[in-house]
Amino acid sequence: MKNDKTYEAIMARKNEIIKNAMQIDYTKFELPGIGFDYEAMMREVGYSLEEMREIQLAHGVGNTPLIELRNLTALARKYAPKGKGARIVVKDEAANASGSFKARRAAVAVYHAKKLGYKGVIAATSGNYGAAVASQAAMQGLKCIVVQECYDNNKVGQPEILEKQRVCEAYGAEVVQLSVGPELFSTHLSLLEETGYFNASLYTPFGIAGVETLGYELAEQCREKFGKDPEAVVCTNAGGGNLTGTARGLIKAGAENTRVIGACIDLKGLHMASEQDFNRKSCTTGHTGFSLPFTTWPDRSDCPRNAARVLRYLDEMVTIKQGELFYMTQALAILEGYERGPAGNTSLTAAFALAQQMDEDAILVVQETEYTSAGKHPMPQLTFAKKNGVQVLFGDPEDEIPGKNLVFPKDPSFIKARQYDMTHARKSYIKNCVKNCGMTSATEEDVSFIMDEIKSDKEFVLSELEAKGVKVQ
Amino acid sequence: MSMAKKGDWVQIENTVLKAGNRAPQVPEDTQKCDLKLWVKGIAQHEGNLGENMDIITVTGRKTSGTLVDINPRYIHDYGDFQPELLQVELQLKGIMEGAEK
Repeated sequence: MKNDKTYEAIMARKNEIIKNAMQIDYTKFELPGIGFDYEAMMREVGYSLEEMREIQLAHGVGNTPLIELRNLTALARKYAPKGKGARIVVKDEAANASGSFKARRAAVAVYHAKKLGYKGVIAATSGNYGAAVASQAAMQGLKCIVVQECYDNNKVGQPEILEKQRVCEAYGAEVVQLSVGPELFSTHLSLLEETGYFNASLYTPFGIAGVETLGYELAEQCREKFGKDPEAVVCTNAGGGNLTGTARGLIKAGAENTRVIGACIDLKGLHMASEQDFNRKSCTTGHTGFSLPFTTWPDRSDCPRNAARVLRYLDEMVTIKQGELFYMTQALAILEGYERGPAGNTSLTAAFALAQQMDEDAILVVQETEYTSAGKHPMPQLTFAKKNGVQVLFGDPEDEIPGKNLVFPKDPSFIKARQYDMTHARKSYIKNCVKNCGMTSATEEDVSFIMDEIKSDKEFVLSELEAKGVKVQ
Repeated sequence: MSMAKKGDWVQIENTVLKAGNRAPQVPEDTQKCDLKLWVKGIAQHEGNLGENMDIITVTGRKTSGTLVDINPRYIHDYGDFQPELLQVELQLKGIMEGAEK
């Protein structure tokens, strides 16, 4: 059976493979009907906040500096109404071992794998998480394989992803590279089956809980520096782990009134599994191609239940454009002396616009930065964009068409954070839920699960279910 | 260099899924392509580019495929100079200097 490597055959073995590669019995959290006990899963499978801090600090992760961006704040105030222009502060997560917040997830995942006796870990990712897992595996003495979607059919790769390959190899990992397509997942499963390694998925309870320390730390640091909790925290939202973990950490720190804002790059019109579109993106992470599907249906990951569940925590979500992101990445370097990103500056770009709507004495936290290097920098990414026929110009980023052009704002007043319709997102969740669970009727328990999932009232859930022809018992 | 010796650091290529046998949700343009895989490791015997090669990866995994590169170079860099970034720099400096006056 193991020898059958067709897509269908591997996917049919999915549950068994995942079970062996994680040793988490997800079935015990399932509720009758469509739901599961999310908090029980996070409690029983995860670690306490104190334990996670200890694990992370022992492995070069955490306690990153919180830095006030005075010059960017001053720039934002030039375009804000009188009395507006919140103080923008950033959590310099690039200071973690491996250069991003993803080390928080990886430190706990690799620790857990080692505790369970696995000889190695495998992660399927083209992003910073690969570097994080490779670095932690090196530190904690496990073998590591990173599977990444890297090239188009002609072996032309995104510079940003080629850099992730290099850095994973620098930390001693084996990197398995694939051409475009969602079968990254079946290849990942096949390697888990072959090696018997641990599935260091991005979406495990301890992976997500690993980010809780980030939210907790930033609340503590704000209290110490500014004598209060931040008014808002902006998180780049793609697969959802960054936002979910940070929001849970804020709650654990008691910062219940802090607004949690998700930000992502608008890549509307580019198909994520398309060979032709693959190299027309100028950002390979932090974009709507991940955030919209994962926000409106989290259980599409390599875990039976995804621990990243954004709609439970999200207060608002905004989108920004690629041209705005590259402009702000340059602004961070030129005005603040920090060369970071680019993709990790998605939340910074949104914060620049959002700060202009908030009071001057408010604190707005950008909760991450990421390391910069060859390939992972505006210059190679713009070079690559131009080679792929993407036009780079100055103007109004509203006119940006992903894959066709990249529009730098003609001045900072053109940088905007566009509100994503949260009611639409919640409706999409319910639509996906009805479809994917084959719902024809719903119990009280189902309704209450959905209410928690999308942070919504009963009336809204009932009316949406009824509109979809679901009978509520 | 087109021939690898035993013990060289090499890259191999494999076809995981043939065009037409891709996952059902894959869009049309991708369906027309094979799903390819590349991995690096230590050559287990002598071989020319384009020939089959057996390798052992850094995790100790044995695998094989078509030899496509020997001592593969990292080809990514900082790219060409982008005048747009200089334009942003000069604009920002101008705005900030103006603000101080």
